[in-house]
Order: sequence, then structure tokens, then C-alpha cells
Amino acid sequence: MTIALETQNLEKQFGGLRVTRDLSLKIEQGARHALIGPNGAGKTTVINQLTGVLKPNSGRILLEGHDITDLPVHKRVLRGLSRTFQINQLYPDLTPLETVGLAVSERLGHGGDWWRRMGTRSDVNGEIADLLTRFHLLDVMNDQTGTLPYGKQRLLEIAVAIAAKPRVLLLDEPAAGVPESERHDILAVVGALPRDVTVLLIEHDMDLVFSFADRISVLVSGALLTEGPPDQVARDPQVKAVYLGEEAVNV
Amino acid sequence: MSASSDVGFHAQRQARWRYAEAAFWLVVLACGFLFPTRYLIMTDILRLALFAMSLDLILGYAGIVSLGHAAFFGVGAYAAGLLALHGIINEPVLALIAAGLAAMVLGFATSFLVIRGVDLTRLMVTLGIALLLEALAERFSNITGGTDGLQGIEMQPILGAIPFDMFGKAGFFYSLAVLFVLFLLARRIVHSPFGLSLRAIKNNPLRAAAIGIPVNRRLIAIYTLAAFYGGIAGALFTQTTAIASLDVFAFDRSADLMLVLVIGGTGYLYGGLIGAVIFRMLQEVFSTITPQYWQFWIGLVLVVIVLVGRQRLHRWVLYVPNLIIRQVGGRKAVVAVPESDA
Repeated sequence: MTIALETQNLEKQFGGLRVTRDLSLKIEQGARHALIGPNGAGKTTVINQLTGVLKPNSGRILLEGHDITDLPVHKRVLRGLSRTFQINQLYPDLTPLETVGLAVSERLGHGGDWWRRMGTRSDVNGEIADLLTRFHLLDVMNDQTGTLPYGKQRLLEIAVAIAAKPRVLLLDEPAAGVPESERHDILAVVGALPRDVTVLLIEHDMDLVFSFADRISVLVSGALLTEGPPDQVARDPQVKAVYLGEEAVNV
Repeated sequence: MSASSDVGFHAQRQARWRYAEAAFWLVVLACGFLFPTRYLIMTDILRLALFAMSLDLILGYAGIVSLGHAAFFGVGAYAAGLLALHGIINEPVLALIAAGLAAMVLGFATSFLVIRGVDLTRLMVTLGIALLLEALAERFSNITGGTDGLQGIEMQPILGAIPFDMFGKAGFFYSLAVLFVLFLLARRIVHSPFGLSLRAIKNNPLRAAAIGIPVNRRLIAIYTLAAFYGGIAGALFTQTTAIASLDVFAFDRSADLMLVLVIGGTGYLYGGLIGAVIFRMLQEVFSTITPQYWQFWIGLVLVVIVLVGRQRLHRWVLYVPNLIIRQVGGRKAVVAVPESDA
């Protein structure tokens, strides 16, 4: 079994606070892996270390066997590690067309192009059109992102991450804050991600986690509590105690 | 595929020339023939416009604030002056490029200080660099002429053919040509993927990095380019006035530039040009009415602009021209839109 993304004894401290404790994760190629945990468990801190926003105090991060611990954010993206943000991180003044176009241009190595005009490369245009269609954004592609409804912005958030053609995709609460009526689109898009893309999902919504993931890691106080297939995690008394409370989990 | 060509069409929407843009440049060119007695002030406006465009490149597109942009203006001015004074490069166009490159080197070197930190640090660092250079220019008076400035600069004919005349006609058209060429270059750049990535960085640096944009490298590139533009503006100053003195580094010069962009707006390239015209006109009008207190009135105008909102003002100003454009070009004609509405 090939490992797509791996952390080895990851350790992160803010002052005296240990927010990631000796965390070793292995995410298999093509997996639908979920990372769950109560509020304050340090899930986002883990994501930030995986993507390079934060530097771990010790430990290593491997992407497809290569050590990426010291790579800056943008180089990890070019190596195939892409993410979405829990709270939309988009460009309010740019249009979806420009936003997706930028991501595609950067991946194809045209991002530093200062002479050729945007929109004059047919390979880039084709990919943009493809992505905008897939993510139901074609009809709003010329609107300013800041004026779009939240659900559309959410779709754009995922489209931008996909535009980087990731081999490993980190989804940080993809459906967070989306009204019920627009939820379906998001879930459909997430469900339709190609199988060769490895997905690590960080999520609060248990329905989504248990319908989507084939493997679950539970993070508590920055340390790995348990890991396994969904039914096993759901039955784990420890998990019930610390994370799910007394509520029964329907699988 | 139709969606694909559709995307291509819309992606180039902003880069397409509008009627209003062509009209703008024709009016500027016409001014050169309509007001033969006002070459000096008009040349001054062109220089200021170019200088403001330089700041717009970093402020309007990449979101880098600067209170020391005069550093590049000054280096360009002294470089052009020294090249002409010592007869190193006699031909003005070549000397202009060389002076721009000198400022560019400074821009590249200092960009590493500027890209670190937030707005406040950037303001302080840029301000500090300009003050530092001013002090250095004063200290090394054997090279710069100190407080007297460089004197006795004699400019050779442009391209060896067009001499600078005492009315400033050659200087005006020379400056206009330089401004237009650099404008075309800037226009090309801001509509490229590189230019778009700058706007992305300005909007959200965190996300910019997360889609694979090398943020620091892009900021260094645009800062260096803006320095080149600033240096050219300074060199034009020396070449058209035949003097270079310490005030090329003055804080006022950097601060005025901010005011120009407040008046004209940022991020659509014309802000610096329009702002420069209005700023100098206001200065002229107010200093004629009240030589002592013109700054008060300039200040008042700025307050009004901020209160009313520049975008609303732009819409009012553009209302009539756009009406005409629509009449001539039909309902779907490309009209001039205020910044950020584009």
C-alpha cells in the first residue's frame, strides 16, 4: 500500500502549550480519510503544518515519500498538496473566472508570465471552462467573488483547490456555514472527486464524515486517540466518551 | 468548445481598449498643440503622472504602501544628472534607461526589506530609505553638489537629432512619449497572469500562496519594476529642467504622490495620470488665489473626496462622456467605468 501523506512524530508548541503531540499519521493513496476531534483538538493546527503555514517544532512531513517539512507553502502546492479553508479564503475583488484562471496558470507554470495577456492560452481557457462548469460557476464567472452567495463562494473555494490538480487534497470543513438548500451541490462535488485524489477531510458534521470516509483518525488535545474504519471508530467507547458524548452514533 | 472560447473572451475583457482610453490619450496629445505657452507645467504634470503610475504599480496592484518613493525618483534624477554632467552617456534616451536601471538596482536591493512586515513597517522602512539617501546625497557633496545640487548640466539632443529648446516643447513631447511607452508596458503587465497574481496577493496573501503563487518573488519583481519607473520619472526631471538638487529626495515628494493617488484612485493605471493633472491644477489655482494658504484648500478637497467617496465622484464625472460613447457606439459600447467597478 502506498502512503500519500505521512507525518512522523509531529510536535508543535505555542509557548508552553503543546497543540500537536507526537502525531504520526499515515494516509493511504486514494483514501477518503477523515480527521475528527472536538473543538480545540488542534485539527486546524495540523492542517497548517501540513500545508506549510506553520512550522512544526519537531517531526517530519512526507508527501509521497519526499520530505516536505521545510518547503514553503507555494512549493507544496506545486508538488500536489492542495487545500480548502474552513472559512473562505478568496479574492473578494476578483471574479471566479480570474480566480480559477490564476490557479490554473500557476500550475501550468504561466503564473509569472508578464507579457502574454490573460485568456490567450487555449489550454488554460479550456481547463477554466471545465472547472467552472463542473462547479456550477459558469453563469457567475464575471461577478465579483465578494458579491456571490455563500454556497457559490464555497464551491469556488473547492474549485480553486482542485485547479491545482492535487494528488492530496485537504478539505477543511467543506460544508461549514452553507445553508441547507445549497448543501447538496457541495456534497455532490466532494463525492465526485476522482478516486486517484487522496482526500483528508476535517469535519464536524458526523453525517458527512461517516458517509464519506473510509478511515477515521480521532484527534484529542493534539494527540491521536484512535484510528480505524468508521464502524470501529463509532463503536469505540473512548471516542464516545471524549468526543461524541453520550450520544449514540448512527452508522 | 464554446465555453472555452467564452472564457477566453471574458478573461480578456479588462485588457481590451476602451474608447475613453483612446480619447484620453488624444486629449493629452492635443494639449501639446493647444497650449504652446504652458509646456513647463504640462511637462511637470507628465513627470508627476509617470511617478504616480510607479507608485500605483505597487500600491494599487500589489498593496505595498510607501512613503519613500522619492528615493527612486532621486536616484534616477542624480544618475541622469551625473551621466550628462560628466559626459558618460550623452544621448538622453540611453541615459534615461541607465538612470532607470540605477533606481531599479536600489529597488531590488531594498525590496527585501519592504516585503517583510505589514503596512506600518513598510511605511517606516520606505520613509527611512528615502531619508537615508537624502542624507547621503548631502554628505557626499563632492559628487552630488550638496545643497547646491548638480549645476551646469547641458543636455544633448534627443536621439542626436532633437535638441531641447528653451520653451520646453521638445521636453514635453519627449516626456509624453516616455510616459506613453511606459504606460503601454504597464498596461500589458497588469493584464497578464503576473499582474493578476499581484491583485490576488493584495486581496489575500494567504490564499495566494495556497494556490502556488510565490508571493515574495512576485512582490520583489513588481517593487523592482516600480523603482525603474520612479527612476525614469526622476531622470526626466533632471533632463527637462537641467538641474538635480537634494529636494528630489524630499519627503514632500513622496507624500504628494500619495495625495495624487488619493485623488485619482489606484489599481486601474489612469489614477496616477488623472490624479496628477487634478493635483497640479488645484495647486496652480489655489496658489494663484492664495499664495500662502493653498495647502489648506488642497487639504479641504482631499477631505471632501474621502467623505463623498472617489468612486461616486468618478461616476458623476464619467456620466456625460459615457452617455456620448453610448450614443455613438450603441448600447453595448465599451464605456469608461470607475475603478473596481471594471
